[in-house]
Amino acid sequence: MLARLLPHPLLTLLLTVVWVLLANEPSAGSVLFGLFLGVVLPLLTRPFWPERPVIRAPATVIEYGLLVLWDICVANVQVAYLILFKKPEELHSRFLVVPLDTRVPEAIVTLAGTITMTPGTVSCDVSADGRALLVHALDAPDPEAAVATIKRRYERRLLEIFG
Amino acid sequence: MSGGLLGFLGEAAVALLLIAGSFFMIVGSFGLLRLPSLMQRLHAPTKATTLGVGGILIASMLFFLFTTGRVSVHELLITLFLFLTAPVTAYMLAKAHLHRARLQKELPPTGRPVGWATFDPAASDPDPDSGLRPTDGR
Repeated sequence: MLARLLPHPLLTLLLTVVWVLLANEPSAGSVLFGLFLGVVLPLLTRPFWPERPVIRAPATVIEYGLLVLWDICVANVQVAYLILFKKPEELHSRFLVVPLDTRVPEAIVTLAGTITMTPGTVSCDVSADGRALLVHALDAPDPEAAVATIKRRYERRLLEIFG
Repeated sequence: MSGGLLGFLGEAAVALLLIAGSFFMIVGSFGLLRLPSLMQRLHAPTKATTLGVGGILIASMLFFLFTTGRVSVHELLITLFLFLTAPVTAYMLAKAHLHRARLQKELPPTGRPVGWATFDPAASDPDPDSGLRPTDGR
């Protein structure tokens, strides 16, 4: 019963919190309306997100978030350096193929988003069976090392989180 | 902003963050101008500008903390929405580019029996009843 009313409890919580933050001042009215949105929106969008992902390692979520924030800062400096001081023809821009070990759609989406936000890489496509990511790297002199970094740094943790 | 040493330090921190943020914004825009291919240009707005916007948002939070003494959280929301939308935008641009430039032949092979989803739509949804899950489950 509760699972049918709240298909994604975490999404409900997130939507409520976001609505209260949007109001910028917590009041009974904003909390109530936030809760209303938090209940109605997951119900309306359930056909697009039928199954509930299981978070196996909540501590790793925080670790992952901090790691990604740090990597975004580093990546920004790196990309700024490449743009300012490297001639465009010296850049080793190429497509990389990242084979995926995880089978959970939520983990793949998170990985693709992380890749886009961090070290000189943008994820462009996924293989039709969802088992490999197509990634474009701005400067990857050693493609195998770049793929290994992505797998070790991000996918290993996502595997811990989503299984 | 209040006077005194604390006020000065606050002002200096806000100013520094604004300058650093603007620097990364301008580098991102410069990259858009300088890099030759579309796939390379895609890197500038998804990265260099993230830190730029981040710096300016933190500066804004600090400024309102010092002037009104209250914590403003709208900036955190902007960061959240940015992190949600930037990868989707980049993905849509890349996909459109792959179609328009007809790059199918130049992409590396998937290492799988099927092609990339952009060019191989039939295989991506083998069973309409299986929802959004790809083949053979977990």
